[in-house]
Amino acid sequence: MTSEMAEPASKIELPAGVGGGGEIPTFNITLRVRRYNPEVSEEAAWEDHQLTMYGTDRVLDALHKVKWEIDGSLSFRRSCAHGICGSDAMRINGRNRLACKTLLKDLDTSKPITVEPIKGLPVEKDLIVDMEPFFQSFREVMPFLISKGHEPTKERLQSIEDRERFDDTTKCILCAACTSSCPVFWTDGQYFGPAAIVNAHRFIFDSRDDAGDMRLEILNDKEGVWRCRTTFNCSEACPRGIQVTQAIAEVKQAILARKI
Amino acid sequence: MQVHKYDVVIVGAGGAGMRAAIESGQRARTAVLTKLYPTRSHTGAAQGGMCAALANVEEDNWEWHTFDTIKGGDYLVDQDAAEVMAKEAIDAVLDLEKMGLPFNRTPEGRIDQRRFGGHTRDHGKAPVRRACYAADRTGHMILQTLYQNCVKHNVEFYNEYYVLDLLLVEEDAVREDGTPYKQKRVAGVVSYDLASGELHVFQAKSVVFASGGAGKVFKTTSNAHTLTGDGMGIAFRRGIPLEDMEFFQFHPTGLAGLGILLTEGARGEGAILRNSEGERFMERYAPTIKDLAPRDIVARAMANEVREGRGCGPNKDYVLLDLTHLEPEHIEAKLPDITEFARTYLGVEPFTEPVPVFPTAHYAMGGIPTNISTEVLQDNDTVVPGLFAAGEVACVSVHGSNRLGTNSLLDINVFGKRAGIAAAEYSKTADFVELPEDPEAQTRGMLNGLLSGTGTERVAQIRKELQDTMDANMQVFRTKESLEQVLSDIASFEERYKNVVVQDKGRRFNLDLLEAVELGFLLDMAKVMTVGALHREESRGGHYREDFPDRDDEKFMKHSMAYKDSSVTTESSAESVAGIRLETKPVVFTRYEPMERKY
Repeated sequence: MTSEMAEPASKIELPAGVGGGGEIPTFNITLRVRRYNPEVSEEAAWEDHQLTMYGTDRVLDALHKVKWEIDGSLSFRRSCAHGICGSDAMRINGRNRLACKTLLKDLDTSKPITVEPIKGLPVEKDLIVDMEPFFQSFREVMPFLISKGHEPTKERLQSIEDRERFDDTTKCILCAACTSSCPVFWTDGQYFGPAAIVNAHRFIFDSRDDAGDMRLEILNDKEGVWRCRTTFNCSEACPRGIQVTQAIAEVKQAILARKI
Repeated sequence: MQVHKYDVVIVGAGGAGMRAAIESGQRARTAVLTKLYPTRSHTGAAQGGMCAALANVEEDNWEWHTFDTIKGGDYLVDQDAAEVMAKEAIDAVLDLEKMGLPFNRTPEGRIDQRRFGGHTRDHGKAPVRRACYAADRTGHMILQTLYQNCVKHNVEFYNEYYVLDLLLVEEDAVREDGTPYKQKRVAGVVSYDLASGELHVFQAKSVVFASGGAGKVFKTTSNAHTLTGDGMGIAFRRGIPLEDMEFFQFHPTGLAGLGILLTEGARGEGAILRNSEGERFMERYAPTIKDLAPRDIVARAMANEVREGRGCGPNKDYVLLDLTHLEPEHIEAKLPDITEFARTYLGVEPFTEPVPVFPTAHYAMGGIPTNISTEVLQDNDTVVPGLFAAGEVACVSVHGSNRLGTNSLLDINVFGKRAGIAAAEYSKTADFVELPEDPEAQTRGMLNGLLSGTGTERVAQIRKELQDTMDANMQVFRTKESLEQVLSDIASFEERYKNVVVQDKGRRFNLDLLEAVELGFLLDMAKVMTVGALHREESRGGHYREDFPDRDDEKFMKHSMAYKDSSVTTESSAESVAGIRLETKPVVFTRYEPMERKY
């Protein structure tokens, strides 16, 4: 499919109020943050801040406002600030989301907005958790292309349909929002968790890969896909819109199909 | 303090760092130090594509790509370097495909290619389809694929280790013509472990800087919060010059008011820019390739439309990116992420409404000078043995005064690979350089100074004021007056910085402390950029002086080289700025004569 199309018009009538915007409204919020610093106390505690924010502000802007203007010790990870790097997954009003992708105006600002670390991973300080167990599970599914035979001189060929087959799971940014929303993962830290399975899926269904059987074997483990109870928390949590539960189901089906 | 010993230490785990690590890790004992986690690096935010003359969909060859890169950079590109990049681009793309990168495909199953700004057929005749891509998340796919391959090859990462100093020693040496000089040699780096607050010294035979850019000197930027010029700043403080720092790219299509990037690939797929009169104004500025002119030209045209009163919105301060004439299915297939950005952050539906956009600070063309083998230079031609740089932190120079779209993803792959191989090979024959006594003393002094300060100045406040003055005075349009304003502002910020307060006094995850350190780098980098801009009394590529609107090849067809030099004071000469010495370096020409740059 090519993108050849008619030249667009040199001049058009813009619809009225296009790109409208207008005055950006301000509003007040209460940001309720879960604080924890073992250098100070073994106990975690809630802390409230009253803030005036703007219409386009995100939860990350509110956290920055506290850190930059009130209390520099508030600690959280962030980098790109537009939902691509996966640093700032946190539990916002009880749901796992990226702070930089959650607009304050989309939350109920009449009540305090609660922000706490993602669950199931050890908390290090405030909103920062130990990501190592998460990445360990990722590494265990062999998340890289393995292909047998001679390397082609040029690229391997892959049809548009074959490329489309695993497109959804290539979007993963390893933010851990899915894995840390999973009730099975909360109670059983050994479970691979949705993100690792998503990344296995990305290769199992890649027509260029030859190690699908090995990955299916790994995920057929007692801590593998069969622990999934299909609660769909992971799909709801994914900031990239990946159909995580469906990807896990496809891996389950592949294991069963292989056995037959 | 802990001391580690590696053959090769790579600073930064974005595209260039991990591409280097894949090569180096298989040849020598290698550690990668990153202030983030590898997959958080800003390579992941790149969207549109990576150019290589594969000629999969139409006729193309790497010589055309070389020419476009040189012309795009307004002839300040070192032509030997551009040739290397365009030639090795083809293998760079094929390497990534073999590593597993899921490129979009043609109906024949080959890697698909799309149009991009400034990339043309046969020396400017028409746009050419040269950019290999994976929807509008090509950078994400490159970052993930490189990380996956680092996992495959068991690359050793030190995550959340901030490198804060470069350990160099100086030896007396004599040049071929008999003149004595000080030869720098690399001994290692000093890093700060975010989790524990401890300093770790890494002794290494080879050090590769791949730590990215410094976009946070500006307020409106596509760059991550963490892109604070640390690598450039560290090298500069240790006496390594910085090349062509006045050239900073403003990407035309940032989401208005936010700066979030919308790929040039949108225009490659047919989107166009319109002003408040609904006019496709790029037809006036670049009649041949219109909306696909290089970024400096498009950004300037947009800013000019706004300045002349044809901006849109309540404050008439942006223009519109119009995709409404494209098929929604086509947009969904080729540009899914950027359309989501428009919906999420501005509440605009790109299928039916044009998207408010304005130029956003995007990319540093300048950086640590290297030769085409990625070896860092301590002056115009003296290599620092064992020290390498690649990616945005470096200046080879393949981008000259304006980088073409997609050439950064290409740069990190071509020169990242070269750096990894060169660093590993060097380590095989070299010995460790003895660490200087008390190697971490300077870093410890800086951190303790910040922690024990009793001042009242807030880091965030100074940073905001710095970003405001840079946006107002050092952006698309510059004048002598505006640049002098920036320098006088920076001088006052430097005074206030001495009085800065760090509230968090703890050792664990003290990001408050690190933000104070980063501000120091930002101030240094903003100053170097502005001094270069003030000195360059011409307009070329991304640097536009309203008081000198023409390119002046006679006086300025040369790279600028900024050195930290405490002997320079404001009394030294009429143009001098305290602490910085400016020199020049010749541009390398091979076969392309400078021409007037028209599209």
